[in-house]
Amino acid sequence: MPDTTADPKPHHLLHRVVIRFAGDSGDGMQLTGDRFTTTSALLGNDLATFPDFPAEIRAPAGTLAGVSAFQVHISDHDISTPGDSPNVLVAMNPAALKANLSILPKGATIIVNVDAFDERSLAKADYETNPLEDGSLSAYTVYEVPMTSITTEVSKGAGVKPRDAERSKNFFALGLISWLYTRPIEDTIDWIEERYAGKPLVMEANLRAFKAGYHFGETAELFESSYEVKPAVQKHGEYVNITGNTAVAWGLIAASVRSGLPLFLGTYPITPASDILHELSKHKQFDVRTFQAEDEISGIGAALGAAFGGSLGVTTTSGPGLDLKSETMGLAISLELPLLIIDVQRGGPSTGLPTKTEQADLLHAMYGRHGESPLPIVAAKTPSHCFEATLEAVRLAVKYRTPVILLSDGYLANGTEPWRLPDMDDLPSIEPDFATEPNHTDAEGNEVFWPYVRDEQTLARPWAPPGVAGLEHRIGGLEKADGSGNVSYDGGNHETMTRLRAAKIAGIALDIPPTDLDAEDGAEVLVIGWGSTYGAIAAGVERIRARGHKVDQAHLVHLNPFPADLGEVLGRYRRVLVPEVNTGQLSRLLRAEYLVDAISFTQVEGIPFRAAAMEAAILCQIESAAGSTTGPGGNGSAPSTGKATDR
Amino acid sequence: MTDLANAENTGVPVMLTTRKDWSSDQEVRWCPGCGDYSVLSAVQMLMPDLGVRRESTVFLSGIGCAARFPYYMNTYGMHSIHGRAPAIATGLATTRPDLDVWVVTGDGDSLSIGGNHLIHALRRNVNLTILLFNNQIYGLTKGQYSPTSEMAKVTKSTPFGSLEQPFNPLSLALGAEAGFVARTHDMDRKHMMETFRRAHDHNGASFVEIYQNCNVFNDGAFEGITGKDHRADMLIRLVHGEPIRFGAEGEHGVVNHRDGSVEVVEVADVGESALLVHDEHRENPGLAFQLSRLSRGPHEPTPIGVLRDVERPEYGAQMAAQIEDATARRGPGDLRALLRSGSSWTVE
Repeated sequence: MPDTTADPKPHHLLHRVVIRFAGDSGDGMQLTGDRFTTTSALLGNDLATFPDFPAEIRAPAGTLAGVSAFQVHISDHDISTPGDSPNVLVAMNPAALKANLSILPKGATIIVNVDAFDERSLAKADYETNPLEDGSLSAYTVYEVPMTSITTEVSKGAGVKPRDAERSKNFFALGLISWLYTRPIEDTIDWIEERYAGKPLVMEANLRAFKAGYHFGETAELFESSYEVKPAVQKHGEYVNITGNTAVAWGLIAASVRSGLPLFLGTYPITPASDILHELSKHKQFDVRTFQAEDEISGIGAALGAAFGGSLGVTTTSGPGLDLKSETMGLAISLELPLLIIDVQRGGPSTGLPTKTEQADLLHAMYGRHGESPLPIVAAKTPSHCFEATLEAVRLAVKYRTPVILLSDGYLANGTEPWRLPDMDDLPSIEPDFATEPNHTDAEGNEVFWPYVRDEQTLARPWAPPGVAGLEHRIGGLEKADGSGNVSYDGGNHETMTRLRAAKIAGIALDIPPTDLDAEDGAEVLVIGWGSTYGAIAAGVERIRARGHKVDQAHLVHLNPFPADLGEVLGRYRRVLVPEVNTGQLSRLLRAEYLVDAISFTQVEGIPFRAAAMEAAILCQIESAAGSTTGPGGNGSAPSTGKATDR
Repeated sequence: MTDLANAENTGVPVMLTTRKDWSSDQEVRWCPGCGDYSVLSAVQMLMPDLGVRRESTVFLSGIGCAARFPYYMNTYGMHSIHGRAPAIATGLATTRPDLDVWVVTGDGDSLSIGGNHLIHALRRNVNLTILLFNNQIYGLTKGQYSPTSEMAKVTKSTPFGSLEQPFNPLSLALGAEAGFVARTHDMDRKHMMETFRRAHDHNGASFVEIYQNCNVFNDGAFEGITGKDHRADMLIRLVHGEPIRFGAEGEHGVVNHRDGSVEVVEVADVGESALLVHDEHRENPGLAFQLSRLSRGPHEPTPIGVLRDVERPEYGAQMAAQIEDATARRGPGDLRALLRSGSSWTVE
C-alpha cells in the first residue's frame, strides 16, 4: 500500500476542481466517477455530480454514440453545480475525447488512455488523423497514459484472462486520479474487496489495476505534482452523499413512518424514475409494498386503490407515463383521495431524450387533464432536497385529500450531493385523521356518513377507508352532490363542486411558507426559478454579486398554488428573469397569474444550465434595468424568450 | 392500519342481515327490463348468506351500464374509470387482505379498453371476485358492437356488419392463467347465486362471465339458449365429479376425444360410460379450455357453471409474506438506520 505522506513530488492546494471521466458505455465510467465521489465525500469536500450517459445500454463499442461520462465537482467551499467545464478530462478512448472536447476550456488537462488510440478506434470516432499527433490538442495539457497495457501487465499471474484483465482499466484510471488529487485509497480498496467478494479473480484484477494507477502517478516521470482539495467547512452533523432518486425513496419511507400509513408504490419501469422502485423494493421491512404493474395506468390505478384502502398510495414515472396517468389523476381529483404522482422529467416530446434532463412537464402537471382539475404541484430543487420535497408532497396529499404531483428530473435523479441528515424530530408530522364516525344527520334524524362533508378550514373531505361499520359509502368519477356525495347531474351543484375543488387547492397557499427569497437591499433584478435550476441560478447569482452587482434569487418549491406573497414579491423588481430548461413554462404561469413582464431565459439541450450562461443572462438584465426608466414591474426592453444572452 | 385491518378477526360476530341491509338508498336507474336487475338481486340476496360484513365488502367498477352496480350496494364502493377497475382493485386487495373485493365489469370495460388489466389481475391471482356482465354490445354509448359481438353484427357503428372475430371470455380467462373460471346467466337467479358463492369462496382471482340481456340494444342475444323453452337442450350444467349430460331426460352428453377435443353426442349412441366426467380441479387447463369452446356462440349447447377451480398462491398473501420475511430477518424498519445505510461521515 503506498505511503501517501512520503510523496516526493510537489503538492499544490486547489479550492475546487471539476473532473470528467469519459469512456465507452461498457468501460465502467459511472462506477469510476461514483467511487471518486464517495471518497471525496468521505474526505469532507463539498461536491456535485452529473452522470451523463446515452439511452442505449451498449451502443457499438468505441463510437461517439456510446460515450458515457461522469462529471464531478469537488470543492473546499460550498458549491451548487457540477461545474460548467471540466478542468480535467479522463478519456478512455478517442470517441470519449471527441465527444467531450467542445466543453473543455483551453488549458484544461486531458488524460488519455493512449493504448486506445489505434487506427481502428480513431476511425470509429471519425478521426481522420490522430489528435494526439496532429497538434489539434496543443491548447491543452495532455498526458498519454498506457492504461490498457499496464492494467493487463499487472494482472499477469492473477489468473485472469487477458481479455478480462483489460476490463479493469477503469480502476487504473481511478487510482491515477486518486493519486493526482490526493484521495485516500483505503476506502476504495475495502469497497473493491467487498463488492467483488464473490468473484476473487475480478477482485484481484481490479485491486491490482487500482493500485497500479496510483503508483503510476507517483512514480512515472509524467506528472510534476499532485493536488489537494481540502475539506469544505460544513455544518456539524452526519452526512451522506445521495442521489435524487434515493432521496425520493427514503422520503417516501419517512413519510410512511411519520404518518403510520403503509406505503404502496404502483409503478411501471421507466427511465429515469426506475431507481425509486429499485430502492423501495429493497426495504420491505418498512411494510413497503412495491407493485410493478402491467402498464403506467395500472401503476397509478393500483396506487389509487391502495389509497382508497388507507395506504399511502404512490406512483412514479417520467413524461410518457405521466401522459398515460392523466385520466386516473382526474379520477383521484374527483374522489378527493390522497395520492402522490412523482414525475422524474426527461427530454420530450414522446420518447424524446430518455437519459437527458429537462423541466418541460410543468404545464402538463398544471393543466394536463380534461375538465377543471387542479392539483398541488411540488418541485424538488437539489438531489438531497428530493427528501424534503417528497415529505411535503405527502403532507399536502394527506391533509387535503388530493393527488399531488412531485416534479423531479433526470439531473436531480442521478446527480448527487452531500446531505446533512435531518433530525428525526424535525420531520413533519403527517396525520391521516381517518373518519371514525357518522358526520351528518339525515332528514329522518338518522346519524349517517356523508363522504363529501368538508372540513371548514381546509375544505378537505373525510378519508374513510373500508372496514369501519356505519361509514359505508360509494364514490366515483361522476359528479357528486355537495355533501352527500351521491351522483348529481345538477348544473348548479357542478358549479359549486368545481369551485370547491379549486378553492381547496388554492387555499393551500396559506399553509406553505412565503416565497424563499435570497435578497439584498437595492436589487432591481430578481431571478426566479423552480426545480433543478436552483444550483445554476445560485452559482450565477454568486458570480454577479462577486462582481459587485445586486441581484435577488427566489426559488419556488410550490408551483401550485404559488406562495401567497409571490405577486407582491415580483412587483418589487424592475426585472424578473425566469431561467428554465424548457421553452418558458413558469414564465407563462407568472405572466398569467400576476401580469408581470417575466423575462424567459431558456435552454433545452438535455443538460443543466451552466453558471457562466446564467451570469451573462443576469448581467444583461442588470444592465438593462439600469438603463431603463420604467418602474417596478414595468416593461423591459430585453427579448422575452429564447436565448436572450450569449452563452 | 391496525384499526382497519383484520376487521374479520376482531371476534365480533357477523350480524344477521337481509337483502335490504345490502341495498343502498339510491334509485336503480337501469332501463326497465335490463338483465342487470336480476344480477343485482342475486348478489343482494346472496350477501346475507356469505357470512361477511358490509363494512368489509367493497364493490369496484369501471364504466358501462353494469358499472353503476356499486351505487346500489350498501357497502363500500367505487365507480371508477373505463377498464381500470381490476388495476384499482389490485391495489386495494393487496393492501387490505381483510376485505372482500368484488369487481363488476362488462364486455367493453374489461375485454376492450381494460383487457390488459383483466388478464394481469388473473395472471397474478389477486384475491378478487370478478363479475363480467356480457351483453355482447355497448349499451351506455347506445349500441355499438363490442369485443364479444358475433361476426357480421349490424350495429350503429357497423352498418355493413362487424368484421371482427369475437373474444371467448372464458377461453381468454383460462389463457390468462385464471384459477377460477365460471359462467352463468341472468335468467337463473339460483344458478347465479350458487356460482357467485363459489367465486367468492375461491381464494385468489375468480372470473365469472354472466350472459346478460340488453333489452334495448341487443335484445334476445341469449334467448336461444337461456329462454325457458330452450334451456334443457341448450344449457350444459357442469357438475364436478359427474358425467357431463343435459337435455330434459339427460339424453345429450359431452365426450372427450383422444385428440383432446370435446363434442356433444347423444348418450344413447355412445353409452353413459363414454361421457366426460367433469373435473374442476384438473391442474392442466386444457380440458377446461376445450369446454369453454364447445359452443361457438349462444346458439349452440353451451356449458354453464364452474369450468375450473384450482388453488394457486394468492398475490397479496405472497406480498405480505415477503414483508413478514424481511421483517423477521432484519427487524422492523428503522428510519434512522436506513438514512445511514450508505457511507456516512460526521462533521464535528
